[in-house]
Amino acid sequence: MLGPNRKFTEGLFKVTTHRDRTLTVFSVIILLAFLFYADRNFDSYTVRILENIAIFITLAVSYNLINGVMGQFSLAPNAFLAIGAYTSAIFTLSQEEKLRSFIIEPMLWPLSVISFPFAISLLLAGIATALVAVMMATPVFRVRGDYLAIVTLGFGEVIQVLANNFLSITNGSLGLKGLYPYTNLWWAWGVCIFTIFCTVRLINSSYGRAMKAVREDEIAAEAMGINALRIKTFAFAFSAFFQGVAGGLLAHLITTISPSLFTFMFTFNLLIIVVIGGLGSTTGSVIAAVLITWGNEALRVFEEPSNFFGFQYEGIPGMRMILFSVILILVMLFARTGIMGRSEFTWEGLLQWFRRKIPALKV
Amino acid sequence: MDYSFALQQLVYGLTLGCLYGLLAIGYTMVYGVLRLINFAHGDLLMVSAYMAFFGIAIFGLPWPVSFIGSVLLTALLGILIDRGAYKPIRKSPRINALITAIGVSFLLENLGLVLIGGRPKSFPMPSLFSGSIVVGTINIPALSIWIFIITSVLLVLCVLVVKKTRIGIAMRALSRDMETVMLMGIDKDRVISFTFALGSSLAAAGGIMWCMKYPAVEPFMGVIPGLKAFVAAVLGGIGNITGAALGGLILGLAEVLIVAVEPDWSGYRDAIAFFLMIIILLTRPTGILGERLPD
Amino acid sequence: MALLLDVRNLSVLFGGVLALNKLSLEIAGGEIIGLIGPNGAGKTTAFNVVTGRIKRSSGSIFFCGRDITGWSPSRIARNGIARTFQNIKLYEDLSVIENVMIAAHSSISYSFLEAILGLGRFSRDESRIRSKAFELLELMNLKELAAERASSLPYGSQRKLEIARALALEPKLLLLDEPVAGMNPTETREFADFILRLRDSLSIGIGLIDHDMSFVMGVCDRIRVIDHGVPIAWGIPTQVRNNKDVIAAYLGTDFGVVTGDHAAN
Repeated sequence: MLGPNRKFTEGLFKVTTHRDRTLTVFSVIILLAFLFYADRNFDSYTVRILENIAIFITLAVSYNLINGVMGQFSLAPNAFLAIGAYTSAIFTLSQEEKLRSFIIEPMLWPLSVISFPFAISLLLAGIATALVAVMMATPVFRVRGDYLAIVTLGFGEVIQVLANNFLSITNGSLGLKGLYPYTNLWWAWGVCIFTIFCTVRLINSSYGRAMKAVREDEIAAEAMGINALRIKTFAFAFSAFFQGVAGGLLAHLITTISPSLFTFMFTFNLLIIVVIGGLGSTTGSVIAAVLITWGNEALRVFEEPSNFFGFQYEGIPGMRMILFSVILILVMLFARTGIMGRSEFTWEGLLQWFRRKIPALKV
Repeated sequence: MDYSFALQQLVYGLTLGCLYGLLAIGYTMVYGVLRLINFAHGDLLMVSAYMAFFGIAIFGLPWPVSFIGSVLLTALLGILIDRGAYKPIRKSPRINALITAIGVSFLLENLGLVLIGGRPKSFPMPSLFSGSIVVGTINIPALSIWIFIITSVLLVLCVLVVKKTRIGIAMRALSRDMETVMLMGIDKDRVISFTFALGSSLAAAGGIMWCMKYPAVEPFMGVIPGLKAFVAAVLGGIGNITGAALGGLILGLAEVLIVAVEPDWSGYRDAIAFFLMIIILLTRPTGILGERLPD
Repeated sequence: MALLLDVRNLSVLFGGVLALNKLSLEIAGGEIIGLIGPNGAGKTTAFNVVTGRIKRSSGSIFFCGRDITGWSPSRIARNGIARTFQNIKLYEDLSVIENVMIAAHSSISYSFLEAILGLGRFSRDESRIRSKAFELLELMNLKELAAERASSLPYGSQRKLEIARALALEPKLLLLDEPVAGMNPTETREFADFILRLRDSLSIGIGLIDHDMSFVMGVCDRIRVIDHGVPIAWGIPTQVRNNKDVIAAYLGTDFGVVTGDHAAN
C-alpha cells in the first residue's frame, strides 16, 4: 500500500518534506535577523509595536484553536491574560518589592518570599491558567457548550472582582508595580514562534482532527469513539496555557498591572482578529493579528486630540471600537470566511503561486 | 440581624430581582426560539434609558410620553437588530450568530460612548416615583412599589400573550421545533420579530426603572445587568418566562441578602451570579422550572 | 460464532409515548441481521439506544458479554460498535481522507506532547492510520476522491464514505441505517455483494435498517420486524415474508414491499 501510492499520499498531505523544513528554518532565521536589526536600530515606540504584535499573534493563534478549530465560543482571553499576568508577576517580584508594595495587607506567605526566574514564572503562569480553564470548562461542557460564552464573559468580570478583593495576593486595586521589564523582542517573538509551532503540530495530529470532527458534527464524532467532553476541555486548557504565558509577557512589558487593565476590550480585539483572519485558520490568525495590532496603533489618531491642517480635533474615544464592531458584523454577514477561510499557508502553495505569476522561474 | 432590618433588605432584594427578571424574560424568549444568546439584549437597557432621558431632558416631553416612546423605539430597535444582524445568518453555525451578537453589543455601547459621551448623566426622576412609605420601621421607596407592580403586570401580560394568543402559541411551537412550524405554514420571521419586540420592550421597561433606581445613565450600564439577567434566565430554566422572572427574583434577593448578612463580602457582590451559574450547571442545568430541551 | 450484541427487553419512553417496547435482538459475529418495520416503527431509535445516543427506560444491552447499558456513545464506539446515520452525518468541511482518519483517533498511542515534538510513535501511528484510511477508501472505490471535501461528494459516495469511516473504527459490530436509500437497483445489488463480502472477510456482525425489501431479504440471515415500537416477528427472511402480522403491519402502506418486487420501482 505505501509503496506505489507514496507520491499520491504525499501530494495530499502536509507531510513535511525536506524542502519545506529547510524553507521554514530559513524563514525563521530571516525573521530573527530582522528582529536583531530592529532591536539595534528601531526607536522604542516601533519596537514596542513589534512586541505587541508578537503577543497578539500568540493570543490569536491560541484563541483560534478553541473558537475556530474546536468551534466553541469562548470569551475568556481577558480573564486568562489577567491570571497569567498576575501569576507571573507574583513570582518575579523580589521580596523587597513585595514588602514595599503590599501596603494595605501584607502578602500571603509563602508567596511573599518566593521568587523565580522569568522563564519559570511564565511557565507557572501558563500552568495556572490552564488549570483554571479546566475548572471552568468542566461544568459548561458537561451540559451545554454554548453557555461557555456567557460563563467566560462572566468570568472576565469576576476575575476583576477577585483581583480587587484578594488583597494579600493581588494587592487589590493598587495592583502590582515595579515589575522588571523582562519582556523584550526576543522573549515576545520566541514565545510567539513556540506557540505557533506547538499549535500547528497539534492541529496536524490526530488530536487536531478530533477537534475538527467535534466542530463539524459532535454526534458523529462521538459515534466514532471521540470523547467530545475530553477533547473540548483539552483544547480549552491548551489554548489557556499560551494565553496565560502571553499574559505574563504583557505584564512584564507594561511593568504595572491592576485589575482594571484586563477588560473585555482584549477579548474583543482578538475576536476581530480571528474572524478577519478566518475562523479556523492559524495562518489567518497570524496575518490578521499583524494587521489589526498595527491598525489599532495607526487609528489611535482618531481618539486623541490632534491638529488637522489648522482644525482642532478633540479626539473621540470609542471611534476605533465602532469601526471594529462594524467590521466584525460586516465580515460575519458578508465575508464569513475572512482572509484565509480555513486554509493554511503551505510552501507548496506559495511556490505554485510563484510558478503561476512568474513562469520563467523554475522552482 | 433583627426583624425589621431583614424586611428592609427583602424590599431591596425584591426590587433588584424584579429588574433582573424583566431583563431575563427577553433573554429566555430569544434563546428559546433561536438558541441564541443575544448579547445585545443588556445594551437595550442602556438604549432605553438614554431615550427616556433625552425625551425628558432635551425634548422636554412629559415623562409618560417619553417612557412609552422609549419602550416602543427599543422594541423597534430589537426587531431591527434581528432583521439586520441575525436573520441573514440564521442557517449558518451557531458560533457565527454569537460573534455577530457580540459585535452588535459592542457597536451599541461604543455608539453610546461616541454620540453621548462616557460621563454618566443623572436621570430626572418624575415626582410620582420619588418619596417613600414608612411601614413600622421599614422604609419602602415608592419606586420599589412601582417596580413591583409594573413587573407583576408585565409578567402576567407576557404569560397571557404567550399562552393565549395565536402568535404566542406559534412562539412556543417555534421554541420546540423549527421544522414543524415551517410545515404548519406559520410565518417564522414574523414570530421571531414579535419575540424580539416583546423581549426588547420588557428590557426597555426594566431599563427605565433601573435608571430611576440607580440614576446614572452611561454607555456600559447594560453590560453587568445583562450578564446577570442571563444567569437569572438559566437559573429559572431557559425558555421559561415565569422561570426567568423567578430566577431574577432569586438572584436579586441573593445579592442583597448575602451582602446584608456578611458586609465584608460586599466586594464580591458582582461575582455571586457567576458562582450561582456554575452551581446550577453542576447540579440542575435545566434550571428550576426548566424542562429538558432537545438539542 | 460468538454472540456479539444481546439486547434484552429494551423499552424507550419519549414524553409518554413508547417508542420502543420490549425489543430483544441478538447479533452474532459473521451474521447480518435486518431490522425492518413501517415508518416510525422505532428502528432508528433502537440503533440510537444501542449506540448510547438515547437513554433507555428499561431493559439491558450486552455487548461481547459486557453490560454496556448507560455507557456514553464514545465509549461504546471505542468498544467496537460503529454505525452510519440515516441522514448522513459526515464531517462536511473536512477532506474525505480526514473523515476516515478521524475514526482511528481512539487507536493512537501517542500523547499530545509526542505529537508536538514529532517523536517516534507519532510518525509511526500517523502513517499507519493514513495507509489504513487509504486501504478503506480503495475498498469503497473512493481513493481518487481522497482530497475532496466530504460535502462535495455525490450522495452515493457520501454513503460509502460513511461506511469507510465506520470501518476505520475496526468495529466488531457495524450498524447501518438505511445504507441503500437513494441507490438505483444496480448500485443496490453491488452493495449487497459488498456487504456479504465484508461480512465474510472481516467476520464482523452487521445490523441494518432499510426499506428496500428485496435488498434486506437478500442479504440478511435473520430479520426482526417491529411496528410502533413493538416487536412483531423474528426469523429467517422466508418466515418473515409470510408472517401474517408482518403483512398486516405493512398493509395500507405498500403491500408490494413485502413480496419483494420493490426494487423494480
